[in-house]
Amino acid sequence: MPVDETLSTYSDWCYGSAVGVYVLAMLFSLVDQAFGRHGTRVARARELVGAGAPVDPAERQEPASSDRAWEFAGAGAPVEATDRPEPPGSSHRAERARRFGRMAVSLTVLGVGLHLAALALRGLATGRVPWSNMYEYGATLCLAAVITWLVVLRRFAIQHLSVWVLLPVIVLMFLGGVVLYTEAAPVQPALQSYWLVIHVVSIALGSGMVLVPGVVSVLYLVKVRKPEWAGRLPAADVLDQVAYRTTVFAFPIYTAGVIFGAIWAESAWGRFWDWDPKETVAFVAWIVYAAYLHSRATAGWRGGRAAAINIVGFAVMVFNLFFINLVVAGLHSYANG
Amino acid sequence: MIAFLRNTWRGLTSMRTALVLLFLLAVAAMPGALLPQRDLDAGAVEDFVAANGWWGRLLGRLGFYDVYASVWFSAIYLLLFLSLIGCLVPRTVEYARSLRAKPVLTPRNLARLPHHREGHTDADVADVMADTRRRLRGWRLTERAEDDGARSISAERGYLRETGNLVFHFAMLGLIAALALGKMFSYEGQVIVLADGSEFCNSGTYAYDSFQPGLRVDGTNLTQFCVRVNDFTANFLPSGAADYFRADIEYQAGEDLETGTWRPYALEVNDPLRIAGDRVYLLGNGYAPTFTVTFPNGEQRTHTTQWRPVDQRTYLSEGATKFDPPGITDPAQRREKQIAITGLFAPTAVLQGNVLASSFPEPRDPAVAVDVMRGDLGTNSGRGQSIFEIDQRMVEQGRLERVARENLRPGEEIRLDDGTVVRFDGVERFAYLQISHDPTQVWVLGFAIALVLGLVTSLTIKRRRVWVRATPITDDDGNRRTVVLLGGLARTDQAGYGEEFGRIADDLLPPREPEDVAERGVTTGRET
Repeated sequence: MPVDETLSTYSDWCYGSAVGVYVLAMLFSLVDQAFGRHGTRVARARELVGAGAPVDPAERQEPASSDRAWEFAGAGAPVEATDRPEPPGSSHRAERARRFGRMAVSLTVLGVGLHLAALALRGLATGRVPWSNMYEYGATLCLAAVITWLVVLRRFAIQHLSVWVLLPVIVLMFLGGVVLYTEAAPVQPALQSYWLVIHVVSIALGSGMVLVPGVVSVLYLVKVRKPEWAGRLPAADVLDQVAYRTTVFAFPIYTAGVIFGAIWAESAWGRFWDWDPKETVAFVAWIVYAAYLHSRATAGWRGGRAAAINIVGFAVMVFNLFFINLVVAGLHSYANG
Repeated sequence: MIAFLRNTWRGLTSMRTALVLLFLLAVAAMPGALLPQRDLDAGAVEDFVAANGWWGRLLGRLGFYDVYASVWFSAIYLLLFLSLIGCLVPRTVEYARSLRAKPVLTPRNLARLPHHREGHTDADVADVMADTRRRLRGWRLTERAEDDGARSISAERGYLRETGNLVFHFAMLGLIAALALGKMFSYEGQVIVLADGSEFCNSGTYAYDSFQPGLRVDGTNLTQFCVRVNDFTANFLPSGAADYFRADIEYQAGEDLETGTWRPYALEVNDPLRIAGDRVYLLGNGYAPTFTVTFPNGEQRTHTTQWRPVDQRTYLSEGATKFDPPGITDPAQRREKQIAITGLFAPTAVLQGNVLASSFPEPRDPAVAVDVMRGDLGTNSGRGQSIFEIDQRMVEQGRLERVARENLRPGEEIRLDDGTVVRFDGVERFAYLQISHDPTQVWVLGFAIALVLGLVTSLTIKRRRVWVRATPITDDDGNRRTVVLLGGLARTDQAGYGEEFGRIADDLLPPREPEDVAERGVTTGRET
C-alpha cells in the first residue's frame, strides 16, 4: 500500500506541536512546583484533583456523599503532614502558581490530543499500526506514559510533580523526533502479522506506564535521603503508593506483552524463546520488577530499597530501548524500517 | 548437622535470599545480551575471541558465550527453583488451612483500626445483624455473641488473592519444568530447497543442511513428512525493501505418504506450516545460478547451487558451484580436472568499472562475475567444506588454479584453454526452510497463560476484613437504641480499600448528621 505523504506530513506537525505543548505544560508545572503550596487542607487537595478531572460542582460542595472523597482524603491527608509553615503575604502568589499548575494539566491533556492525532495520522498514512519502527514505538510509549500520569492525577493530588514526568517524556520524544525519525513506510514481511498490534502495543503500554513509577521512585529517594531538598514534594508514602500502584498495573500488561512476543516468535522465527538480546533484557527487566514486588513484602526492603529497585527496573527498560536496539544487533533490529 | 541443614534450608527459602537470587539471575542473564552467543552466531563468537586475545579466551572458558547453558546460570536458577518450592510448600499448607478457618475474632476496640466508623440507629441488634449479613453477601463471615447483649460479625474476603499468587508461582514452576523437558525432546533443522519442484523429506538428519538436536534426540525416528517447493514469490518496494515473500509448497504426511497425495500450502513469513507435530518455517530466500559445463569429451553437466545473499537490500550473492569431470575413473587424474565456478551473482546487474554490483533484489537483469577454478577442490580430502566457498588452502598450495575471470549474462559462456566451455544458463530461486519440533511448547504456553491470570488475580484482589459490632444502649430520653461500630482492615495492601469500606459503611449506617461530616477527616481513617 502506498504511503500518503500529506497525512504523514500532518502527523509530523502534530508530533512537533505535541512536544511543544508538553514543553509549555512542563514550564507551567515548574512554576507550580516552585511557588505553589500544596495540600494545606484536605479540601484543597480535593479541589486540585478537580483540575485534572471533571468534577461535578454539586459533588464538590458535598464531599461526604462522594465515594471519591474517601480517596481524596486519603491522598490529601499525608500531604498535609509535610506542609511547611506559610510565609506571611505569600498566599496570593501561591494561588497564582497553583493556577499555573491547573493550566499545566489542561495543556498536558491538549498535548495528549495532538500526540494521539500524530499517531493516528501516521497509521492512516501508512495503512498499518503506528508503532512499527523505533520512532513510532517511542511515540507510543511516551503517549502511554503521559496518559498514565493523567490517570494518576485523577487519584492523587500531586500535579505539581508533572514537571518531573514531562521532562523525561520530552527528552524521549525529542530524541525520537530528531535522532530516530523514520519516514513513513510499509513494514517488512517479518512484521506483517496481527501480533504486531498485540505484542508491540502491550509492550509499549507496559514500558510507558513504568516511566511514572520510575520517576516517582527517584522523587521518593530524594524525599527520604535528602529531605532538605524535598520540601515541596508530597509525603514519602504518597510517592511510594503512586509508584506501587502504577507498577502493579503495568507489570501484568508487560508480562502479557512478553508472552505475546513469545507466541509471535514461535510463528515467525521458529522458536518461542531464543535469548535474542532484546528478549534477554526484557527478561531481566521483568525479573527486576518481580524483585520490586517481592521487596515490598520483605522486612527491611520496603521503602528506599524498593524504590531503588524500581528505578533499576526503569533503567533496564531504557537500556533495552536504546542500547539494545541501536548498538547490539539482533532479531529485533527493526529500528530503521 | 540437622541444625545446619535446617538453617541452610531456612536461609535458602527466605524471601531475602529469593530477592538476592532474583538479582543474581538478572545480572547473570545480561552477558547473554551483550556478548556474542554461540547458539545465535558462532561466527561472531570466533571474531570476538580473535579480537580480544587471552581475555576473549578466558570468557570462553567461563562459559560467557553460552550463558544460558553455563554452570553458573544453571546454578542460580536451580537455587531459585528450590527456594521457590521451599516457599510454596508451607504457603500451600497454610492456604489450605485458611480455607477452612473462620474469620478472626472481632477486636475489642474497632476505633483503632485504619478504617472505622460509628453510627446510631433505632433498629435493634438482631436487625442490624441481619442487614449486615445481607450487605456482606459473598464475604465469609461469622457472627458471635458478646457481653451485654452485643453481637458482632467478622467478615473476610479476597481469598482469591492468595489463590492467584499460588497459581502464579506454581505456573512458574511448571513453565520451567516444561522448558527443561523441551530442551530434551525438541529438535530443529535448516535446509535450503530450490523452488523448482525440489523436495525435502524429514527422514533423517542427513537431509538437513544443519541440525540441532535436543539432548535426548539421536536423529532417528523423526516425524515423517515431505515438502516440495514449487514456486517462490517475492515482492519488493521501489526502495528495495522487502514487502512480501511466499513459497508455494506441497506437503505430505501420515497416510498421504503411502497414497502419494500432495496437499498445497502457501508458506509465508509469520505463517508456518504445522504438520504432524512439526512446524515448517520460511526463514529466508535467495538465488541459485545455473551453470552448464561442457567438458572436452563433449559431456555436459548442469548444476543449480544456492549462493548466499550477502546484501539483503540488493541480494548480491556469493557462492561456489563445483563440478566433477565425467568419464575419468582415476581419482588422481580427476583431482586435476575438477572445476569450481565462484564469485558474485547480481539479480539486477550494475557494473562499476568492471566490478559487479546489484541495484535491486528482483532478477531484472541477472549477471555473474565469476572466477573459474580448475584443479583439486579438496572435496575428497575428508574435510567438510562450505557449499558457498572453495577451499582456500587448495588455492594457496597451488593445487587449484584460476583459469578464467569473466562477467556473464544468461546464455553467455567462457571457453577455457583445454576446450571446456562454461555457460551461465540462468537463475532459480531457493527457499530457506526451518523445521522445528518441540512437543512441550503447548505446555509452556498453558503455564504462561496461568501465570498471567494468577498474577492479575493476586495483584488486583485485596484480602480485607470488616467487623461490625452492634451494642444495645438506652439513651438519655430512655429510648432503646443501637450503637453500630464498623472497623476495616486490608491485610496486604491498604490502597483503595477506603473506598469499599466507605460504601459498606454508607449502606449499613444511617445517613450522618451534618456535624458528623465535620469529623470526616477522623472517621475515614487514613490510607497508607
